[in-house]
Amino acid sequence: MSLINWIDDRFPLTKVWNEHLAQYYAPKNFNFWYYFGGLAVVVLVLQIVTGIILTMHYKPDSTLAFASVEYIMRDVPAGWFVRYLHGVGASMFFVVVYMHMFRGLMYGSYRNPRELIWILGMVIYVALMAEAFFGYLLPWGNMSYWGAQVIISLFGALPVIGEPLAEWIRGDFVVSDATLNRFFAFHVILLPLLLSLLVYLHIVALHKVGSNNPDGVEIKKNKDKDGNPVDGIPFHPYYTVKDTFGIAVFMTIFLAIVFFVPELGGWFLEKDNFAPADILQTPPDIVPLWYLTPYYSILRAVTFEWLPGGAKVWGVIAMGAAIVMFFFLPWLDRAKVRSIRYRGWMFKTALTIFVVTFVMLGFLGTKNPDHIDLFFFKNVIWAQIGLVLYFAFFFLMPIYTKLDRTKPEPDRVG
Amino acid sequence: MSNDVNDGRRRLLTTVTTGVGLAGATALAVPLVASMKPSARALAAGAPVEVDIEDLAPGQMKVVEWRGKPVWILRRDKAMLADLEKVVSELSDPDSAVAEQQPVYAQNATRSIRPDVLVVLGVCTHLGCAPTKNFETGAPSGLGDDWVGGFFCPCHGSKFDLSGRVFKNVPAPTNLVVPPHSYVADNRILIGVDEGSAA
Repeated sequence: MSLINWIDDRFPLTKVWNEHLAQYYAPKNFNFWYYFGGLAVVVLVLQIVTGIILTMHYKPDSTLAFASVEYIMRDVPAGWFVRYLHGVGASMFFVVVYMHMFRGLMYGSYRNPRELIWILGMVIYVALMAEAFFGYLLPWGNMSYWGAQVIISLFGALPVIGEPLAEWIRGDFVVSDATLNRFFAFHVILLPLLLSLLVYLHIVALHKVGSNNPDGVEIKKNKDKDGNPVDGIPFHPYYTVKDTFGIAVFMTIFLAIVFFVPELGGWFLEKDNFAPADILQTPPDIVPLWYLTPYYSILRAVTFEWLPGGAKVWGVIAMGAAIVMFFFLPWLDRAKVRSIRYRGWMFKTALTIFVVTFVMLGFLGTKNPDHIDLFFFKNVIWAQIGLVLYFAFFFLMPIYTKLDRTKPEPDRVG
Repeated sequence: MSNDVNDGRRRLLTTVTTGVGLAGATALAVPLVASMKPSARALAAGAPVEVDIEDLAPGQMKVVEWRGKPVWILRRDKAMLADLEKVVSELSDPDSAVAEQQPVYAQNATRSIRPDVLVVLGVCTHLGCAPTKNFETGAPSGLGDDWVGGFFCPCHGSKFDLSGRVFKNVPAPTNLVVPPHSYVADNRILIGVDEGSAA
């Protein structure tokens, strides 16, 4: 192994391999929910690779963009496959990230000492929403155009700096070629660089403190004579093999969608985006893709004109606050235990209501606020109820996690 | 080499170096940030648009583009003008009190120069969607039995009357914007140039 030795004298290859894979001890009781972190990395790589190929054929020009996407779909060899991988990949990225976040909520993975992992993860989530938003403009479909118009106008709602800021983002008075061109730059350079850096930092922070597990018990409390946790197993080969199995199952589902239902009935790719951008005609139902609709619902739920400054600016504030709340989770949770397995009925109820509320808000965000798609009330009323429940989960958390009757945590993982 | 370190001088030089570095970084950031503002070409693309409304029958609307935004020109018939009075109590700003939303010459009951011809930007004052015309009245409009016709924004459900005045309890805060416009002849509107200005 003289080559390895030669490298090790110049670069810490073996050291890094051992610290992060061969001798990185992860709890032995990882379950289903621990697939999603690895899957998120897989999807990130897939998005970068398919994105590079799309960039070879796509033209970021408002007069050429729509046609160049059709060119990719029809004339580029396997272009349809690469584009659908990328489009479905965007939605699957959010599926995986939402599962990954839910895992964190269930098992208290955001608790001391993992606050920074959680915060870095939340920054990744926000960056990912930005990345998806910038990317959605690029096909220059009608929904691309109007979606961008609405989201950029959100900044215009801010007092004083709003309008100049919106103009600065667009580079024009309306969404135009200038906007498309810069969104292309953000989508293919700025955000991918940022996301890669953030994912790296997320993993560095994780490997500093070690992984949480479904029992929420610190495995570092029980070490064998070599200083390794008795309830830990080396990440490689144990979890690399487990993750490979998970990736195989995931890719089967992913490719089934790509091959058979790439638009997923309008959930992954909206029908209005098959028409080119028309600045004179808003699509009849303008909605973002499903992964952003919970927040869109919150934005639309604020219709109270009596608020100082008007409903508009408060809708924007509520939407921003809905995302910001997640960052404070490590300090809002006052329970003695981490995992839902040892929590009482209060946290379990709160988390259930929160998940149902989040899904409901997501559903309502795709519907006309004045229609009735649930029971009795108009959608906007349900969205207002959802808004209250959403924030109650966070604001009341210090109270119900403190009052909740928890079970004692075991010393070792089960 | 002497071991006498002049701490004061060292601290001063460190501070000055840091300060110069920060000032340089800031100076560099200014043009980089400014490069994202609307370009000279975008600024120049704001020429006035002349529209012929000879062919516009009462009750009809046409849409033209000005500065990349849709401008609606609606010729209201007698029934439509009469309906403007009916909805006043449901409106948020019936008297066009918010001055920025229209030029002074449109700050009147019909929000227009000629009572029958409404000229407004078809841009929702909430988040910039294009509302749709919804001139059907009553239940078939889908906007309630008492709907007398107007505009509905599909994005967030804002409603406007046939003068572009916003209804109460919808997300849009203000009336639709009346752009500067003037008549160059009886049936010719120049959008982008104020009434009574030299141009």
